[in-house]
Order: sequence, then structure tokens, then C-alpha cells
Amino acid sequence: MEEKKLFKVTTKTIVATGIGAALFTLLFMYVKIPTGIPNTEIQTAYGVGAFFAALFGPIAGGLIAFIGHAISDSVQYGSAWWSWVIASGCSCFIMGLCYSKLDVENGVFTGKDMLRFNIYQVIANVVSWMLIAPTLDVIIYAEPASLVFTQGWVAALSNAVSAGVIGTLLLFVYSKTRAQKGSLTKEK
Amino acid sequence: MMKSKLFDYVEKDNIIYNLTGFTKFICFILLSASVMFSYDIRFIIGVGTISFIILRVADIRLKRIRMMLIYVSVFIILNFVLTFIFSPRYGETLYGSFHPIFSFSEHYTLSYEQLLYQLTKSAKYASAIPIGILFFLATNPSEFAASLNKAGLSYKAAYPVSLTLRYFPEMIRNYNDIALAQQSRGLDLSKKEKFMTRVKNTVNICFPLILVTLDRIEIVTNAMDLRGFGKSRRRTWYSAKPMATRDWIAIILCFLVLSTSILLSVFINHSRFWNPFS
Repeated sequence: MEEKKLFKVTTKTIVATGIGAALFTLLFMYVKIPTGIPNTEIQTAYGVGAFFAALFGPIAGGLIAFIGHAISDSVQYGSAWWSWVIASGCSCFIMGLCYSKLDVENGVFTGKDMLRFNIYQVIANVVSWMLIAPTLDVIIYAEPASLVFTQGWVAALSNAVSAGVIGTLLLFVYSKTRAQKGSLTKEK
Repeated sequence: MMKSKLFDYVEKDNIIYNLTGFTKFICFILLSASVMFSYDIRFIIGVGTISFIILRVADIRLKRIRMMLIYVSVFIILNFVLTFIFSPRYGETLYGSFHPIFSFSEHYTLSYEQLLYQLTKSAKYASAIPIGILFFLATNPSEFAASLNKAGLSYKAAYPVSLTLRYFPEMIRNYNDIALAQQSRGLDLSKKEKFMTRVKNTVNICFPLILVTLDRIEIVTNAMDLRGFGKSRRRTWYSAKPMATRDWIAIILCFLVLSTSILLSVFINHSRFWNPFS
């Protein structure tokens, strides 16, 4: 297996970032799964963001979430909520760190990979939504800490569900569509 | 059904639209920063009023931004109520004094400090809107990446933004096609389905969309590689406009607004908050 460099930027990284961010924007704005709890929806965008991060690395992942979140906020509210936009970028950046250890594009996604992806994903969500987002909210917008930390909890949980369920499912199905290296055998 | 007309930039000939994308980007950053930094309601309302006037000058009709205004109002009201529920005495901590107006209980006592804090916060959010809208609606999307590059961002970082804006409408078209096709096969995304079924059905719509997207990434990457993208350190932009005198004037004015915000905090209020109570 060819060594994958975490922070290498190729043309593919750039294109994946641009088009991935368009997809993220679309999902972020329109494709949410209602949970039954009012005002709390599972953002499918984070599942897809996690998938792209695992497939194209931390740079692409982080920028996809950052650009996607900033644009969809700007379209819906006229202005971006910067503390959460930055947290979005951070979460997909951290998830992307598992990129060099996975080999999904060659059809490999074992139980161990699945576990690894989910460990990264949970850490990323906890750090971003329970630490970065509320802290920035307090610094930039002087929001009361108890409110933003509660919001952070909810966001971390729902985004971890999105990345865990949708992200894992996508990685699994995608790996099945790829032919594994050495999967052909010579007929005698 | 969603509209793919979200980024329908309409060329207009007036003083705001004629500024370069770079100017608008810098002004947007400076003005947003000044409002984000300050907690002086007088200053915030001042900037908000000026931005609304500029919105009129730029000939952006209320009809175009109605949806945004509704979303923002809901958000601000929700935030207002939640803030009071979670921290009804936060104003006291911030301003260091307590002048009660009326009380529901000992903990839930509304004070002038709390009221000022919450009104300031709402004003902050509200006045950030016209600034964002101005930038977003009055900037040509293809000029936007050029302006990011001009502002010092590497073109390899600016290029994804222009790709995003370019492919967004197409993504919506693809999504609609796939969603309709899947729904005609009986996939339900509404609350009538059980939670896990809903997740599964969403994945069933997302998956073809993602495969199409991955294909497209492959094609565009090859096309760009074949044309030598990323070989040189710099690039030129077809839609970049040269800077004129009015651009520099606009940047200087916005810079003055940001300076006012900072100077006001340092020399007059002695903190980010305006404190009429002490």
C-alpha cells in the first residue's frame, strides 16, 4: 500500500474540497433528519463530511465543512455564525486524521477500520462541539457559558450520531463498490 | 422543492456593485469584526443603520431578502428566550450591578442589566445581517475567488470556493432528480417513518448523489491536471477587476469604523461593554 501523506495538497484535494463543499452546503441546508425532539435535527451533512474527510484527508475535510457551513449560513441567515463555522471545520479536520490509516478507495474497510474511524469521529465531535464552539461563542459573542455548553452537548451528540451512522455506512458501502487489489485470481 | 436560484447574482450598475470583489470582501471583514468586537449598543445600532442605508443604495429589494430576515428573526427570538432561561442573572455578572425590573422568582429576576445585555446581543446579530447580505448578493461569485486570492490567500485555497459556488446549483439539480426517482420507488423521509428507516432512506438518496459527486471529482481533477493546474506559483483571474479610487475610499472608511469600535472600547468604555450603570 502506497504511503498516504496527511497534509499533501494535490489537484484532487482541491477539487474534492470544492465539489465536496457544494454537497455539504446542500445537505446542510435541506437534508436533515428530524429526531422527534423539537428543534433538534440530525445533520446528514456531518456524516457526508466525515466520509469525505476519511476519503480525502484532513485538509479537504476541514475546508469542506468550513466553506460549506459558512456558505449555507450566509444564504440562510445573511451572515455566518463564525464560532460554529470554525468548529465545523475543526471537527472534519480532526476526523480526516484517520485518512492515512484507511484504504477505502481500494475496497478495504475492516471491522478494525470501522472502529478506528469512529474513535477519531467521536474525539473530533467532542473536541469541536463541547470545547471549541462554546469557547468561541463566549469569546466572540459573550454568550452565557451554561447556554452554549448545553448547546454544545446536543450538537456533539447529534453530529456524532450522524458521522457514526451515516459516515460509517457510506464508507462501508463505498468500499464494497471498489475492487480490492489482488482480488482477481488466475484460472488454472 | 428547493430552488437552484440561491446564487442568482444579478449585475447592477450602482456604486456598491461597481466596487471590486476584493474591496467588498475586505469591507465585509472589517465591518463584521467591528460589530463582533463591540458590545456598545449605540455603536452597533449606528453600524446597523448605516448598513441598512447602504442596502438601499445598493438597490437590494426587501423581497429578495425576506426569507433570510424571517430565519434571522426566529433565531434571534429563540436565542433571546433561551438566554434568559439559562442565565437570567448574566447581566449582573457582566455589568457588576443589579437594578431589578420585576421578578418571576428569586432566580428569574429581570434586571436592566440583563435587558441591556440581551438587547445588545440581539442588535449585534441583527446588524451583522445587512453586512453579510450586501457582500453576498452584491459580489459576483466568480470574482469572489479572485478577491480571496488578491487578499493574500493562496490560489490553491481560493479555488475550492469558486468550485463550490460553481457546482452548487448543479448539485441541487442532481439531488432533486435522485430524490424524485427514489420517492417514486416508495422511499419516505417524513416523520411517518421510524427513525432508523428514515436514516436508511436518507442514505439511499445520498448514496447515488455521492457516487455522482465522486465521479465528477475524478473528471474535474483530470481536466484540471491536463491543463496544468497548480504548476505555477501564481495565476491570473478572468473576472478580476482593477482597483479604483472609490475602492480605496471604501476600504479606508470601513477601516475607520473598525478603529472607532476599538478606540471606543479602549478609551471611553474601558471594556468591550458599554456600562451606563456605573
